[in-house]
Amino acid sequence: MGITNEGLILACSAIGAGLALIAGIGPGIGQGIAAGYAASAVGRNPGAKSDITSTMLLGQAVAETTGLYGFATAIILLFVAPLLGKL
Amino acid sequence: MNMLWMATPMLAEAEKEADFFIHYFAEYHIGGQTLYLTSTHISLILISIVLIVFSIVVNRKIKHAGEVPSGIQNVAELVVEMLDNVVHSSMGENGKRFVNYISTIFIFILISNISGLFGLRAPTADYGVTLPLGLITFGLIHYNGVKKNKVKHFTNLFQPIPLLFPINLIGEIAVPLSLSLRLFGNVLSGTVMMGLLYGLTPFWAQIGIPAAAHVYFDIFSGAIQTYVFCMLTMVYVNDKIAD
Repeated sequence: MGITNEGLILACSAIGAGLALIAGIGPGIGQGIAAGYAASAVGRNPGAKSDITSTMLLGQAVAETTGLYGFATAIILLFVAPLLGKL
Repeated sequence: MNMLWMATPMLAEAEKEADFFIHYFAEYHIGGQTLYLTSTHISLILISIVLIVFSIVVNRKIKHAGEVPSGIQNVAELVVEMLDNVVHSSMGENGKRFVNYISTIFIFILISNISGLFGLRAPTADYGVTLPLGLITFGLIHYNGVKKNKVKHFTNLFQPIPLLFPINLIGEIAVPLSLSLRLFGNVLSGTVMMGLLYGLTPFWAQIGIPAAAHVYFDIFSGAIQTYVFCMLTMVYVNDKIAD
């Protein structure tokens, strides 16, 4: 029961894709912190709710970028499989 | 960087399998190159037709507009007023020059993002669509920067000390990449999730649940990313032309 080179590379690419999605932890924590502070800001100053919401969404979207880099890496590893070309 | 390219025609197989790839419907051979008519092109053409028809209808209507707006004129005025407010609140006096461009890409990206709701494959889930949008922003930033600051626009890269030049340069180049990858990644993750939901779940899980997922992945996420893309474009451009 030997493993072919292609099979090994595909399996390792799948593991790598899973590991790449660990990058999702950071944005999750960051977005949670941003949302928490936005909630307390709305509590202090309910009149500025729309400004706070738009600022929060902008900051969260920027914080999400690193997670999306991980996602893009995972997608490339899974569906483009660039390492197969190195054989 | 032709991501998610699947070299099978659309109608080849109808297996029960997650389907979130870009398919092609026809291929052409021009000068030794093979060109494909992909689902992205189809979606873009349909979206363009919808937007053009809408604008023609609104144009006809607004030419003999009454004192009291009615029907489609209401919708058009609502949209224009909202976009005007967004642009002017973040760009101030400079907003007048950019409100047309920002409104155009806002409406285009918004319709593109929510087109997954109508059974199309969202065009913004193709890196070939979002990268040009990012590059247009890049061009806009530096055109306005050079126009406003002349040579100082380039010497600013050596501030505060010349040692930081490489880092400043990378920071400038990362702008279009991060803008386009953010939009692409968000819409693609929605497309992948919807593909998995439709392709891999048993039939009883496809009653009602996809509706909630569509609301989140297509409408909410799409609207947020549209807003963020336009907002960041405005912030970056305004950063260069502010006094």
